[in-house]
Amino acid sequence: MRARAALAAGRVASRLSRALGRGEGAVIGGKVALTLDPSVADHLAAGRRIALVTGTNGKTTTTALLAAALRTDGPVASNTSGANLATGHVAALFGSPGVETAALEVDEAVLPWAIAHLLPVVVVLLNLSRDQLDRLHEVRRTAALWRDALAGAPGVHVVANADDPVVVAAVPPSAGVTWVAAGQWWRLDATSCPRCGSVIGFDAAGGKAWACPGCDLKRPEPDVVWEDDQGVCIDGGWHRLDLSLPGRFNRGNAAMAAVAAVAMGVPAAPAVAAETSVGSVADRYVVRPWGDGKEVRMLLAKNPAGWLEVLELLATSDADSFVIALNARGEDGTDPSWIWDVPFERLRDRYVVCAGERAADLAVRLTYAGVQYAYEPAPAAALDAAPGSSVDLAANYSAFQQFRRVLRHG
Amino acid sequence: MGESAVLVGLVRPSLLGTYGDGGNAIVLAERLRRRGIDAEVVPIDGNATVPESIDICVLGGGEDTAQAGLAGDEALGRSLARAVDRGAAVLAVCAGFQVLGREFAVGSGEMRPGFGIVDCTTDARLPRRAVGEIVARPGPTMAAAGVPVLTGFENHGGRTLLGPGVEPLGVVELGVGNGDEQRSDGLVAGRVVGTYLHGPVLARNPALADALLRGVVGADLPPLELPEVDRLRAERLAAASGRAGRRRSWPR
Repeated sequence: MRARAALAAGRVASRLSRALGRGEGAVIGGKVALTLDPSVADHLAAGRRIALVTGTNGKTTTTALLAAALRTDGPVASNTSGANLATGHVAALFGSPGVETAALEVDEAVLPWAIAHLLPVVVVLLNLSRDQLDRLHEVRRTAALWRDALAGAPGVHVVANADDPVVVAAVPPSAGVTWVAAGQWWRLDATSCPRCGSVIGFDAAGGKAWACPGCDLKRPEPDVVWEDDQGVCIDGGWHRLDLSLPGRFNRGNAAMAAVAAVAMGVPAAPAVAAETSVGSVADRYVVRPWGDGKEVRMLLAKNPAGWLEVLELLATSDADSFVIALNARGEDGTDPSWIWDVPFERLRDRYVVCAGERAADLAVRLTYAGVQYAYEPAPAAALDAAPGSSVDLAANYSAFQQFRRVLRHG
Repeated sequence: MGESAVLVGLVRPSLLGTYGDGGNAIVLAERLRRRGIDAEVVPIDGNATVPESIDICVLGGGEDTAQAGLAGDEALGRSLARAVDRGAAVLAVCAGFQVLGREFAVGSGEMRPGFGIVDCTTDARLPRRAVGEIVARPGPTMAAAGVPVLTGFENHGGRTLLGPGVEPLGVVELGVGNGDEQRSDGLVAGRVVGTYLHGPVLARNPALADALLRGVVGADLPPLELPEVDRLRAERLAAASGRAGRRRSWPR
């Protein structure tokens, strides 16, 4: 009874928010409902089959890929707008009454709550590296939270990235797990063993093997192999990942999503085929027109590991110029010191416009990196200042949202 | 690399690189190069010790498990102590600062011996984790070296108590720093500087970088005008004075 009243109030708040033009209304509705009845999430989740997706990078994209794969078998509830806290989960489930299957993106710190209240069938662990350390403090602390939460939910099937030592350390021995060789190129958060502190040894020949010399933590034998040039091998069958989305990182994400879809009961072939149709996710990778015939490709880069993948994309990009944008709001992490971990020196032969509320920090970083740049904090001015007809934009979370609005409304 | 190149040793970047402090080595080397002085950053990683040729060592912040592992590396500690005896400069931030002291606390508060290169002890007795912008007025040594007010970002759970007579790097005006009754941050001991300031600290405080470099180069450095650094300092100090909740501002 209380849950029903809470949901009704949430619905009113959502409508009000939409009517007032304050956004899509989903989060505020969820917030009202959760405030009135903290158990509303449990009620909404009951009777559904839910897959949770978490990790530092690729959550939103992987959730969209998984939802597309699951839709081959029927309707799917999902928090596609990237609202990955409890309020967003309540809103997504509430907005899809009677839909049995759900694919939900979950903030790293919220995973324990989501496991306890949403009772997922499958949990996908993508990767774990430095991000928002003012809020999460230490990468290993998050890994420990995951481990405790999963240890308390032995029935959950875990789909985990065998190439990330921090993820492997976060999976308790009690868990039923499918290990996927999904790649992790950023290794600076995995140099010391999350369990014992010893220096982890990575294959010196560039292979994927790694092991801790001080304890028994080592790369598990993958159940699913993914090779960027061949695709993903599930249950002995190879499937090519010819995605609309760019980048090796997204092909690794697609492999994880395909395995999760199989764990949810969808056959591999249609799951992989459905993933190829996903073109842009919450405007990531979308190309938008700007001004007099400019085209802007939107990329999200919010931490060093994510930037490493974006720099990889930019290296082969034929864009005329780059706009890079940095904010440091609560949702971004209030300490942008991590930009010094990004090898911006690789942009030395490119023309860069630095933007965002912390453009001054970027300007100092680029100065010391020897990169030529223009300083234009405001999004519209930054896009105007970018020379040429094709522009690659890389922004962190809230800066990305600001550019999204500007590019939508001109 | 010429024989005269200044060598900046970046100590254990894979363990002490969590908070962007590797940027301090980039800033030191680049500020020399822009004045026509050859400089190289030398990562000292794996099990390597500090080579004899290193002129200045940089240590950054890291996580508890990494820090505990590092403190057990006695060979590294001895080589750092020898570098200091030779007259090398050291900048140590956060976990790197704690590990230079006599003892420090890990996770649950258990004490581990540090390298004992400077006279301080770190326990886990901050009332809560110190996270946020920090502003400190430099102590006598750095003030005399022309270092203006220091700006940074702190993120730590440790409280550091300085030994008797040890000079702090600065007095905290906003934030926590060492967390002691004197409101001190860090320390200065000869050419060794410890601090809780990330940012990285030398990106935001170029005068501190030059104070360290003067000791190494043994000569006055020509001025280096970087207007973007002035802009960043002004912006951060203005943001901090807004956050201080009262009308106060710091000269740039």
